[in-house]
Amino acid sequence: MDTQNNTHPKRIAARFAELSARNEAALIPYIVAGDPSLRRTRELALELEARGADLIELGVPFSDPMADGPANQRAAARGLASGATLPAILSMVADLRKVSQIPLVLFGYFNPILHYGCDRLCADAARAGIDGLLVVDLPPEEARELAEPAARNGLDIIYLLAPTTPIERARRIARSASGFLYYVSVTGVTGARAQLAADLAGNVGRLRAVASLPIGVGFGISTPAQAGAVAAFADAVVVGSALSLLIEANADQDDLVATAGEFVATLKDAIRAARIAAPGAVA
Amino acid sequence: MQNLPDRSGRFGQFGGRYVAETLMPALLELETAYKQARRDPKFRADLKRYSAEYVGRPTPLFFCANLTAKLGGAKIYLKREDLCHTGAHKVNNTLGQALLAVRMGKQRITAETGAGQHGVATATMAALFRRRCEVFMGSVDVERQSLNVFRMKLLGAAVTSVDSGSKSLKDALNEALRDWIATVRDTYYLIGTAAGPHPYPMIVRDFQSVIGRETRRQIMAQENRLPDIIVACVNGGSNAIGIFHPFLGDKAVRLIGVEAAGLGLNGPMHAATITAGGVGVLHGNRTYLLQDEMGQIRETHSIAAGLDYPGVGPELAWLKDAGRAEYAAVTDAEALDALKTLSETEGIIPALESSHAIAHAIKLASMLPREQIMVVNLSGRGDKDMQTVARAFGVTL
Repeated sequence: MDTQNNTHPKRIAARFAELSARNEAALIPYIVAGDPSLRRTRELALELEARGADLIELGVPFSDPMADGPANQRAAARGLASGATLPAILSMVADLRKVSQIPLVLFGYFNPILHYGCDRLCADAARAGIDGLLVVDLPPEEARELAEPAARNGLDIIYLLAPTTPIERARRIARSASGFLYYVSVTGVTGARAQLAADLAGNVGRLRAVASLPIGVGFGISTPAQAGAVAAFADAVVVGSALSLLIEANADQDDLVATAGEFVATLKDAIRAARIAAPGAVA
Repeated sequence: MQNLPDRSGRFGQFGGRYVAETLMPALLELETAYKQARRDPKFRADLKRYSAEYVGRPTPLFFCANLTAKLGGAKIYLKREDLCHTGAHKVNNTLGQALLAVRMGKQRITAETGAGQHGVATATMAALFRRRCEVFMGSVDVERQSLNVFRMKLLGAAVTSVDSGSKSLKDALNEALRDWIATVRDTYYLIGTAAGPHPYPMIVRDFQSVIGRETRRQIMAQENRLPDIIVACVNGGSNAIGIFHPFLGDKAVRLIGVEAAGLGLNGPMHAATITAGGVGVLHGNRTYLLQDEMGQIRETHSIAAGLDYPGVGPELAWLKDAGRAEYAAVTDAEALDALKTLSETEGIIPALESSHAIAHAIKLASMLPREQIMVVNLSGRGDKDMQTVARAFGVTL
């Protein structure tokens, strides 16, 4: 039963260890699988990796994305329309794994997973080459039925922490998490914001006191400047809606993949520069 | 059976708190605040006073002599929730939750609405208790329930038309949840039915249980015994759980929930979640849902905007699995017939939602002996539906 657990490559932990060794924050782009098509998603993943992505969050489209703003809602609708079901996504991932070792996290809502079957999904996802699961509407209180098969199959369960999460609760969540912790930078849904939350660095600092896992920050980060600012104090920077908007605007263009890659390269440059500009910002 | 939900918000396998982390602390805070409130004599006294003096409770239990004679079977009683202030049972819940919002110091109240009845009932309470109010409503419903949109605005609420997804109740709920994720610190999200994440199904059921408690007292006064059958329409199911709950322990009382069969259960154009759906997770709770083979939520149809939701409250889902409640489904056409029949025989025009319960009661009554007693929850009045009904009957207003 635990054979896969022992053989799973643990790509997420390995990637964070490498980055930490060279004092670099991770860049985590979020793209919705199937937006605009699964063939494009595979190409995008490879290009983003080549241009500096350290881990990719693959959105599993859902009909009712309650925690997403308009940009990611529309991306999910495009993914659904192109037929990006869980079986189709996993088969694309298995194909991608033949040529890439980038850590991959499935990011989505619980109902499609529940419908697929938690046990079956974890087994199939691990086999396809998925490294972690982030299920937005599955807080730790409800996560057991997924967390157990995930652990058996060597998959990390990534939990969200929010500005509204009390510190004692954050401590408990951190204890049950693996891979990394995902700090939601804003009290709100996904989507670009003009400015970062004022207390962001302080909030992440307070989480560090109760958590040993790497801390990624997402929701509301859309520009290289914002990514750089967050990279100064966080272990990973997640950029989602900005990419969804870029994909939406360039979906029919031949150079969609290259354009997305360019954008990711500017994000990664800013992230690298942040630590050079402020050496020792992260102990 | 009446002691649920358990500490994790479960009714058997149903219920729970499937929400984004941002909302979890707010749900825990709400649960604590509610448990304190319901033990507080001042809160209970306020609820009782406003229920009597503002909502107009108790509502009557009316014996339908004409309809009973016409059908020649079981005696039919109507629990007249249509006589509540604002025209439907929805206000029982909005009153209770608005008092809770005031107690918690929340200055802004939000709600989702389908038919607009819950939106109106929420806007009403926001006006009474001087809170800011925003109601989310699918753009399809804004169109087909324009009268209620106007009422909400007149009451001072902002009505936000929701254009995402199927543009109806489930999408209004999505948008209300998105708003709450962003405003959770100062906003009270006043959910309209006995669904959503724990503790909402419990809170809404508790505030709606006044329907069943009064029914029990009234039928004992009029018939000196409990009814044999209680019938209520079900979608989210707040009127059904409200009248069912005080009778859960009375095993001899049959509880029948009536869902919307729309254009028929053979096709996709219906909203009969328990009758035709499967188990899943949506809007914070595990329950029966109408979904496709990949777990994507299906669009629904009912002539009654208030029955047009692809889920159902978790306690009603559990009552199905526990074998304590039965469920039936009634088509648009049958509901329209029932609306006409009740209007002509008793001079009462029911809401299209409640007409589903009436239709099933009419079907059943004629097959039952005359000694049997049936209570139908007449959850709302039909005024809001006159344009829809006229159109269905081919009448131009």
